[in-house]
Amino acid sequence: MKKFLPWIVVGILAIGLYSWGKGFNNTAVEHEANAKTAWSNVESAYQRRADLIPNLVSTVKGYAAHEKETLEGVIKARSEATKTTIDANNLTPETMAQFQQAQQGLTGALSKLLLTVERYPELKANQNFLELQSQLEGTENRINVERNRYNQIVNTYDIHIKKFPGSLLAGLFGFEEMPRYKSDPGSEKAPKVEF
Amino acid sequence: MQYSVKSNQCSVGCTPNTYSSMHNAYITLFEKKATTTFTAFKKLLLLLLIFTTSIGFAQFDIPEKPKFQTSVYDYINLLHPSQKDNLERKLVKYSDTTSTQIVVAIINSTNGEDINYLGAQWGEKWGIGQDNKDNGILILLAKNDRRIAINTGYGIEYLLTDALSKRIIERDIIPYFKQNNYFGGLNRGADAIFEVLNGEYKGSRQQNSSGEFPVGLVVMLLFIFFIILISISKNRRGGGGNRGNRTDGTSILDAIILSNMGRGSYRGSSGSSGWGSSGGGWSSGGGFGGGFGGGSFGGGGASGGW
Repeated sequence: MKKFLPWIVVGILAIGLYSWGKGFNNTAVEHEANAKTAWSNVESAYQRRADLIPNLVSTVKGYAAHEKETLEGVIKARSEATKTTIDANNLTPETMAQFQQAQQGLTGALSKLLLTVERYPELKANQNFLELQSQLEGTENRINVERNRYNQIVNTYDIHIKKFPGSLLAGLFGFEEMPRYKSDPGSEKAPKVEF
Repeated sequence: MQYSVKSNQCSVGCTPNTYSSMHNAYITLFEKKATTTFTAFKKLLLLLLIFTTSIGFAQFDIPEKPKFQTSVYDYINLLHPSQKDNLERKLVKYSDTTSTQIVVAIINSTNGEDINYLGAQWGEKWGIGQDNKDNGILILLAKNDRRIAINTGYGIEYLLTDALSKRIIERDIIPYFKQNNYFGGLNRGADAIFEVLNGEYKGSRQQNSSGEFPVGLVVMLLFIFFIILISISKNRRGGGGNRGNRTDGTSILDAIILSNMGRGSYRGSSGSSGWGSSGGGWSSGGGFGGGFGGGSFGGGGASGGW
């Protein structure tokens, strides 16, 4: 009996270690997958905004064709923003910053466009334009909601892999901290649309 | 939700006496506004006052998911109880036939938060709508902000688009609100939403205990069926050549079938008057069958002010 005792202890330890590692790993995998899904929701909310722009630009063009500079600015910012996408497996602070910068450029161009529109009362009364405006508002809200949700999920994931003793395993299994979506300086608010 | 700051609250542990002198200083400050130069002390007082009064403008805390899950949550008793009941019944009924859950929440103020953003979080937290369909709608009314928002679940967005939500708010709801008729606006808004959604999500009402066979209903239907059978056979036996009695029998049958059909299908365009009288079915007043289903909100919808 004495001979086997060490083996039994080792066996129990091994089983304990295994189940701990398994539990940690599987929870981390789950959180990570959730975070990736949330990120693709963020991107699709931004995509939705980009999809609205051609329609918006052509509507504005009909009334304010000589605002060429502003319109071109929006188109350029849009193509810049749609070019910059992040693969969900490659979410690093750098790619995130790039993405944010591109989207912020579009936000800026859009709010400039909406400011110019103020000078065209006929355009502001246009039914098509009003609908686009409400869609734009809804989309900005979607972006906010999805971003917030992404941050929450990333938070749970990061806490999970950073807490001791799980942090020991995180390095071993290759779980890395995911970046949060920081609010852009001065752009916490959606472009205000006044009637 | 409420401003919890009392007028005599003082953050630096001061006695009522010092407070009132502070208050006086504050008043004289404004009386001699043109001539006095602000001393550092007075500035500090002003800041303190501003600080203590602005504590109330914290973020709005979404109420916990209620135990009894129904369609109208009037936190400030804006609606008359009978109006609330009417609206509640109407929305529950709509959910019975379509499984689309429409919830109205009435609050005083969002405490400075964007109403659509708050609405999306709220709907998500409560899980309005069915889990797999995400077909929940939250109508959030902030009375003192004079704003109303329609928030749509993911599964509703393609039907009740942002532009349509905006249109409903501007054309159907706000005209009533401008006359202080809150019930009228909400009622008309609900009808307009029904009209938009009509024909979609022809769904099953969830039973409270999901998946269980509705024994009570079947027994009731069998009972009715037997009564009809008995009445018909009696008519035949006793009547002989009497056709008048026979048509009597079928008209009862017709009436029952028709009344049952009336429960099943829903036409949203009628006003509220028809609904109050036709209530009293097995579902009315009982909240949503099965409660909120866990639907998800992604921030769709629109808001408007009056």
